[in-house]
Amino acid sequence: MKRISDNTAGKIKLTILRVVVYSILIFLCVLCLFFFYLMVINSTRSNAQLATGFSLLPKENFFKNFINAWNDSSINIPRGMLNSLIIALSTAVITTYFSALTAYGVHAYDFKGKKFVFTFIMAVMMIPAQVSALGFIQLMTRFGLTDSYIPLIIPGIAAPVVFFYMKQYMESVLPLDVIDAARVDGSSEFRTFNTIVLPMLKPAIAVQMIFSFVSSWNNYFIPALLLNKADMKTVPIMIAQLRSADYSKFDMGKVYMFILLAILPVIIVYIILSKSIIKGVTAGSVKG
Amino acid sequence: MEKQIRRKDGTLKSVSYAKWGYIFITPFFIAYILFTLIPQFLTVYNSFFEHYRVGLQEVGPNFVGLQNYKELFTADPNGTILILKYALNTLVLWVLGAVPQFVIAMLLALFFTSARLNIKGQSFFKTVIYMPNLIMAAAFSMLFFTLFSRVGPIQGLLENWGVLDHSFDFFAHKVTVRGMIALMNFLMWFGNTTIVLMAGIMGIDQSLFESATIDGANSVQVFFRVTMPLLMPIFVYCLITAMIGGIQMFDVPQVLTKGDGVPNGLTRTLVMYLNGYLRAPNYGMAGAVSVIIFIITGVLGGVVYKMLSAQYKDQSKKKPHRERKGNVL
Repeated sequence: MKRISDNTAGKIKLTILRVVVYSILIFLCVLCLFFFYLMVINSTRSNAQLATGFSLLPKENFFKNFINAWNDSSINIPRGMLNSLIIALSTAVITTYFSALTAYGVHAYDFKGKKFVFTFIMAVMMIPAQVSALGFIQLMTRFGLTDSYIPLIIPGIAAPVVFFYMKQYMESVLPLDVIDAARVDGSSEFRTFNTIVLPMLKPAIAVQMIFSFVSSWNNYFIPALLLNKADMKTVPIMIAQLRSADYSKFDMGKVYMFILLAILPVIIVYIILSKSIIKGVTAGSVKG
Repeated sequence: MEKQIRRKDGTLKSVSYAKWGYIFITPFFIAYILFTLIPQFLTVYNSFFEHYRVGLQEVGPNFVGLQNYKELFTADPNGTILILKYALNTLVLWVLGAVPQFVIAMLLALFFTSARLNIKGQSFFKTVIYMPNLIMAAAFSMLFFTLFSRVGPIQGLLENWGVLDHSFDFFAHKVTVRGMIALMNFLMWFGNTTIVLMAGIMGIDQSLFESATIDGANSVQVFFRVTMPLLMPIFVYCLITAMIGGIQMFDVPQVLTKGDGVPNGLTRTLVMYLNGYLRAPNYGMAGAVSVIIFIITGVLGGVVYKMLSAQYKDQSKKKPHRERKGNVL
């Protein structure tokens, strides 16, 4: 008898617990979406409508705001988005390809100093770009590479974190016999890498391309120090510019539209690929 | 790696592939040396020189030894040592965001992995809570500025409700500006931490939970005696990488406060300080600040490195071809 009542008590307790847990989850989701919801709503309201204050309902000025923002004379957002897109796409391709290449070099071949190479890359993995920013800017200025895409793309060749991810991935999916088999068939080492190894790494490459694209798209610190010409500026620089301009003179509908445009590409990628992105978050970190 | 390959005429030839290893890793090292290592040396080198610009006039570079470091730790006329003030700001801002981040992430990770609770719609929840992590920090911060500004909708709403006076300004108080920065950092990172901790919990042998429960342990005991000790390496890893991220805090407070760190520089972080010297430009001081930040990250990074390599050795010894998705969600 006691057992049965214990059971019902347990069930009631579990139900209450579930209600609490779902409430917490829903609250956090609302909190995550609330500010972005306001942004989308406000991007549909005119300056006069925005002056009336808070609203949760959309109005009809979305396209007007879009056209105003798109054609703004001081902040050339289409140009900024194009610059950001070129930089982020190239970085994504270069970072993943060369990280896979480097990881393959360490994974598939035995050579003197291999251990040192691996240890070195692991050791420098956590050093942030900010601490060498000064020297980087001086050097790039000396090379005449300010206002250029190059210093924002080519350094992506050396990406220790992506290397580490690729190396781990290879250890689990890339048996060395496959490489030997390719050799027997007379495939050159480069050809083996490009036509046999790379396709086997597709999932890892896809995930890392997304992450490098996003971090390059969002990158603000270094580009802001290197890009001065108006038509070279990337989206984050333009957003920061918006903040330092004389704010009271702005059409607020346009401001919300600028912010929306800045984050929209990433949101679209995320909505399509959220599953593989979330899977990729854990890989490359320590594992239990 | 030596391989015997039979030539067409039937003789054996030994082929070494070692050179291909070097060839494949060369681009990485050229790029690393050129874009990181040399700049790193230049940065440290600069920190020993007096080199700045006043108007159009350039002073230096003159070798001054440790003068820049001395200046960095000298009190200004008001008696504050700026770098310590900004380091403290950075720490406070990080703690304000990280404490809720880790508490909530831990709770959510436990909820999601609990077989008893059996939470439905997990992938939806995870998708939503991870989303802010990918948002451009500069744009997120600009959004907060517009929403919380004097003429923004949040202020309007709170005035309508009678919570706030019209004279109130979110950007005039230490508590509210720091609160906004912490809230943004929390929102951007708790989903990420949840997912990593979850993967960690799922990597723990499930039978340990079962036997603990059978032995009469309640869920609090299971958490503190089984889950937490086994999760420790991942938890510490998360914590330290979060700290390293915290030291780099820049985009959010920079855009939110226009780089001023309002009020009174109380939301100015170390990297904002560095940014100021880079833009001034004062290369000597920028170099010295960089070196200080480098030392802090170096110490923290050293711990991560130790953990990763211990883990790595451990795993490659145990199972050379370990299953790929073993504990990834």
